[in-house]
Amino acid sequence: MTATAPQARSLYRQLLRQGDQFAAYNFREYAKRRTRDSFREHQFMIDEVKIKALLERAKQDLHSMKRQTVVSQFFQLDRLVVEGGKTGKQGGRRNDIMRQTEE
Amino acid sequence: MANIATNSIRQASRLSLKQSAAASGLLRSSSPAVAAISNRAASKRSYVSETKKDSAQVNVETAIRADQKAFFKETGKIPERQIAPGTDVTVDAMMSPMAGVLKEATIMDGGDRPIYLDMQATTPMDPRVLDSMLPYYSGLYGNPHSRTHAYGWETDQAVEDARQHIADLIGADSKEIIFTSGATESNNMSIKGVARFFGRSGKKKHIITTQTEHKCVLDSCRHLQDEGFEITYLPVTRNGLVDMVELEAAMRPDTALVSIMAVNNEIGVIQPLEKIGKLCRSKKIFFHTDAAQAVGKIPINVNEMHIDLMSISSHKIYGPKGMGACYVRRRPRVRLDPIISGGGQERGLRSGTLAPALVVGFGEACRIAKEDLAYDHKRVKALSDRLLKGLLAMEHTTQNGDPTNYYPGCVNVSFAYVEGESLLMALKNIALSSGSACTSASLEPSYVLRALGSSDEDAHSSIRFGIGRFTTESEIDYVLALVQNKVGFLRELSPLWELVQEGIDLGSIEWSQH
Repeated sequence: MTATAPQARSLYRQLLRQGDQFAAYNFREYAKRRTRDSFREHQFMIDEVKIKALLERAKQDLHSMKRQTVVSQFFQLDRLVVEGGKTGKQGGRRNDIMRQTEE
Repeated sequence: MANIATNSIRQASRLSLKQSAAASGLLRSSSPAVAAISNRAASKRSYVSETKKDSAQVNVETAIRADQKAFFKETGKIPERQIAPGTDVTVDAMMSPMAGVLKEATIMDGGDRPIYLDMQATTPMDPRVLDSMLPYYSGLYGNPHSRTHAYGWETDQAVEDARQHIADLIGADSKEIIFTSGATESNNMSIKGVARFFGRSGKKKHIITTQTEHKCVLDSCRHLQDEGFEITYLPVTRNGLVDMVELEAAMRPDTALVSIMAVNNEIGVIQPLEKIGKLCRSKKIFFHTDAAQAVGKIPINVNEMHIDLMSISSHKIYGPKGMGACYVRRRPRVRLDPIISGGGQERGLRSGTLAPALVVGFGEACRIAKEDLAYDHKRVKALSDRLLKGLLAMEHTTQNGDPTNYYPGCVNVSFAYVEGESLLMALKNIALSSGSACTSASLEPSYVLRALGSSDEDAHSSIRFGIGRFTTESEIDYVLALVQNKVGFLRELSPLWELVQEGIDLGSIEWSQH
């Protein structure tokens, strides 16, 4: 447990929450997955210098994501066929929604 | 047509009611054709439209156009301008959770925008790329070639940084990167440039390429043929790979250039670049590769692979469209005859002012691609395996191309006894293609699959699935379920499928000629 752990956790939560704000389904899912994967990858890092650099990068990414989620909300289009309700979450079972426009 | 028909019936009944007015009615009628029909209909009952062979058939081209029209009518609407049905609230407000809750308690279920699985045609731009580009579209507008003021210096610095990112991705020196408008321009520049420069002395007038190249390479070669060059179009093996023995046999003392693409855009096979490069280097022939589909997706090093010229495209690696680059080796020097002459920018090989925003976006896309190459590849491979396993589990489906030496983001599968175009139309909720986007307008079977030796039927029944960085598992599962459903449905309709189910070999049938 290093002194930077609380800061890292806070950044992790902020990144996930910000990533959830993307209007586009694919970007939203990617942002959350990428955040999760890269934090897990460096979970057991003990090198102080490297941790500093990673945290700095996370901050940069958070700033960039804040700008881009706003942009994406301004220019959002209609939702994808795989998306669930207005939260973008699947309701009930996974992949239970099967929409196909019939003639 | 139907309108005219109903009109004529109505007119005819009116005419038969007042027989005496028939003559004047005919005179008043504006169209003589309608009058003639109504006259006939009045005298004797007949069908309003004749039975024709074509009436029962669907014209694929018009059907696609009708689909396109319906799509533009229904989707792509900007939410803030649409009113949610049954309310007076805009869709925008409904989609924003808070506004939706406050104004109306209706829950908007998922939308009907198709999911995107055509990553070979183009990829969505990464938000990080757009983030790096925006400053150059707002405040930093200097011309990067202006040497006399700060506006020029700052954009020039950004352009050089981007150039470094691209060079790092392919293991080159930043001075060897020439910015162009895209891979097509890079291909044209390399092939025509080298051929014209070395053909001028009349010594080297031969070029080797393959039959499965992209259209722009083949067309550049065709153009050179008119200028008096000799071109060898190498055939490929059944799995899409170049035969090294055949390649060596095709080389001549007057061969100037070998152009072979790194990753095929339709079947995804990866050519043995290193072997080809070594062979070309040993014979002192320049080696050009079209790596639009390869850079940023598979590891590429121009020095290890002995590549002399390489075309790169920005919009295939989540960068902006309208941007590309050409790698031109400096040691040993590759000399080109420039197509575009002018102010002498980009080492005089491609004059014209650069677009700093596009260049910066391209550079950022390359930086991300280099950083995430392993991560993205692992992810794409997992999704591709999932899709391929599901598709090949269906009966009478085959994968096109080489089963081991291919980029997993490009899955090309043939569904026997199903027409590819009708399957594409049935899979309306998935954005797919049967081949390259450049030729998707025509209904010809893919020339790449034909070059592999596939029959016309197989080439017609194949579909390409493109998987990329932003594809999710749910999308793959959705696609699998839908494809299984629709292929089953279309096969049920097919008389050929019925024959196959009965165990009749279709090759043994002698079709009668009409």
